[in-house]
Amino acid sequence: MMGQERSLSPSTIGELKEIAARYPEARSGLLPMLHLIQSVEGNVTNEGIEICAEILGISAAEVSGVATFYTMYKRRPMGEHHVGVCTNTLCAVMGGDLIFERLKGHLDVGNDETTEDGKVTLEHIECNAACDFAPVMMVNWEFFDNQTPDSAVELVDKLRAGETVQATRGATITSWREAERVLAGFEDGLVDEGPAAAGPSLAGLEIAAERGWTAPSVDEAKVSTGSTGGADATADTKTGAAEQADTSRAESETKLEESPADTAKEGEDD
Amino acid sequence: MTDTLTPVLSADWGTDRAWTLKAYKQAGGYSALETALKMAPDDVIAMVKDSGLRGRGGAGFPTGMKWSFIPQDNPKPKYLVVNADESEPGTCKDIPLMMATPHTLIEGVIIAAHAIRAKTAFIYVRGEVLHVVRRLRAAAREAKEAGYLGTDILGSGIDVELIIHAGAGAYICGEETALLDSLEGRRGQPRLRPPFPAVEGLYASPTVVNNVESIASVPSIVKNGIDWFGSMGTEKSKGYTLYSLSGHVARPGQYEAPLGITLRELLDLGGGMRPGSELKFWTPGGSSTPILTAEHLDIPLDYEGVGAAGSMLGTKALQVFDQTTSVVRCVLRWTEFYKHESCGKCTPCREGTWWLVQTLQRLDEGQGKDGDIELLLDLCENILGRSFCALGDGATSPITSAIQHFRSEFESGLHTPSRELFPPAASTLFAPQTVGGK
Repeated sequence: MMGQERSLSPSTIGELKEIAARYPEARSGLLPMLHLIQSVEGNVTNEGIEICAEILGISAAEVSGVATFYTMYKRRPMGEHHVGVCTNTLCAVMGGDLIFERLKGHLDVGNDETTEDGKVTLEHIECNAACDFAPVMMVNWEFFDNQTPDSAVELVDKLRAGETVQATRGATITSWREAERVLAGFEDGLVDEGPAAAGPSLAGLEIAAERGWTAPSVDEAKVSTGSTGGADATADTKTGAAEQADTSRAESETKLEESPADTAKEGEDD
Repeated sequence: MTDTLTPVLSADWGTDRAWTLKAYKQAGGYSALETALKMAPDDVIAMVKDSGLRGRGGAGFPTGMKWSFIPQDNPKPKYLVVNADESEPGTCKDIPLMMATPHTLIEGVIIAAHAIRAKTAFIYVRGEVLHVVRRLRAAAREAKEAGYLGTDILGSGIDVELIIHAGAGAYICGEETALLDSLEGRRGQPRLRPPFPAVEGLYASPTVVNNVESIASVPSIVKNGIDWFGSMGTEKSKGYTLYSLSGHVARPGQYEAPLGITLRELLDLGGGMRPGSELKFWTPGGSSTPILTAEHLDIPLDYEGVGAAGSMLGTKALQVFDQTTSVVRCVLRWTEFYKHESCGKCTPCREGTWWLVQTLQRLDEGQGKDGDIELLLDLCENILGRSFCALGDGATSPITSAIQHFRSEFESGLHTPSRELFPPAASTLFAPQTVGGK
């Protein structure tokens, strides 16, 4: 890259440095820096990799190794909007598979491909932590809950036509690039759009309100303690706690740490 | 006797503009912080330890004890890292919490940082939830402007900086040591333990890594006391927690209840299964916890109860599947996920998940070979406990438990495709017979 003309502007380079400076150690800024590169360049470009490497004083290979590890980083130009369909098990069963098939046909693209008009990149995604709203789609990483094949088609058609679309629980859709800028750490002023919570998020709260159920008051708790109050039953040693914990892995590792054998130190690397 | 549902964390999710500092303060927010800042750090640790709060991210390790492991004589800076990389399939509790009331988490962060004497804290939130990132960042900004973050917090002389850090898409970063590598700007690959993060964590400095819900529970404990917290829950699993109900149920959603409620009780609250549905199998705490069946409807959903039934409480992500669902199809899909998310660091997981997918694909297509079930079990045996981190272990859970409960369905995979036995359209939310489906 040296000597070649660069397309990244001084203000972008300034922002990249600003990100790195937020952290106790600059390299921690690499993930948000790559998000910023995507917002400016439309994907992680070679030039973006070189510049991140320069700013952080590490090799381009190290940056590239990071950029290719994480699925949100794209090495090919993206469409204006990223449309994700959850096809992890629960969403797939609830209809995500059929939605994804329908969209592939409707948009005439395969997984991780962009429509000819450059408007939409379609990708099947993993669990996005909204299982109670299954089947779920994401547009530029905003939630579109309880989708059907028909609603999915309607949604992508609106996006391609440039119509205004708002997430079910979130803001007005901007673009994938603008979303990437927010992920890099720059606020976009849309935080107050959308609800605090909706639908299934409020299911238990609504049932509790109907039946007059609440968490106990502090006074009620005083009366009822004795049977379960205090932490007498919770383990009070490290090994005991690890035994009580859910995984045998934690238990074996803790015993290893507490054993006098030299093996406990073998894990120190670098 | 406590009520069946006990909303604490979710109590204000229905409030207008609940995410703002104004709404949070109107609901009594940040009063626990004022109390905690007047307490000695060790007293805060003792309080959380004595409350019996156990990690809500899956492992169930006592939170206060984790804090007490930080060697205070170590001259390096101490760090607090909140694991907000919620990605375990089925798990969907931390995201709505951070979307609705991010200040609950931030108040917990400041109290925890004070307790372990950390001047810098991080919330590592997965990148795929844009609006949650917005809400967290705005809340951190508001908290700082109000003097709850930064230097000399509320005149206490205590300093805490909070950095909101968005990830970039990798399930493995939910594993605490992989998360730390990722936060250092590297590929998110797990580290060998020991040393544990408490001794050598972020930047090889003493670090506490806690789940969102664990940290968000702390203000309520400081505010109401350990007797209050212990008046909910069971002997060894104290307090309240968020249960996330999803799948073929009439009313999916978040249900906040004392630990120890049963799936039957939770289902009854929301009107049971969807119309025409019978429970076939369910996960108690995400896809890495062995599946259970209708015979387990009455086990107490606490750490001990689910453990005794041969599974794990995990993240309390109750994914419920009915009789229309092919268990082979589900297990294949989960296994494809683990293969995709395997970081590649260790051989049993990297190669093993690949072979598992190959074998399961055959069975799903009805083209299984004699011995394929034994092959799956043998592969699982060679991954479980032999891989570098819990991802490999988790990958085996759905397979071995599904074969245990539904072996005949895997045997059918020797001759009949799953889609013929269980047409996928019948399972969907928009299937014709589910009148209640929205």
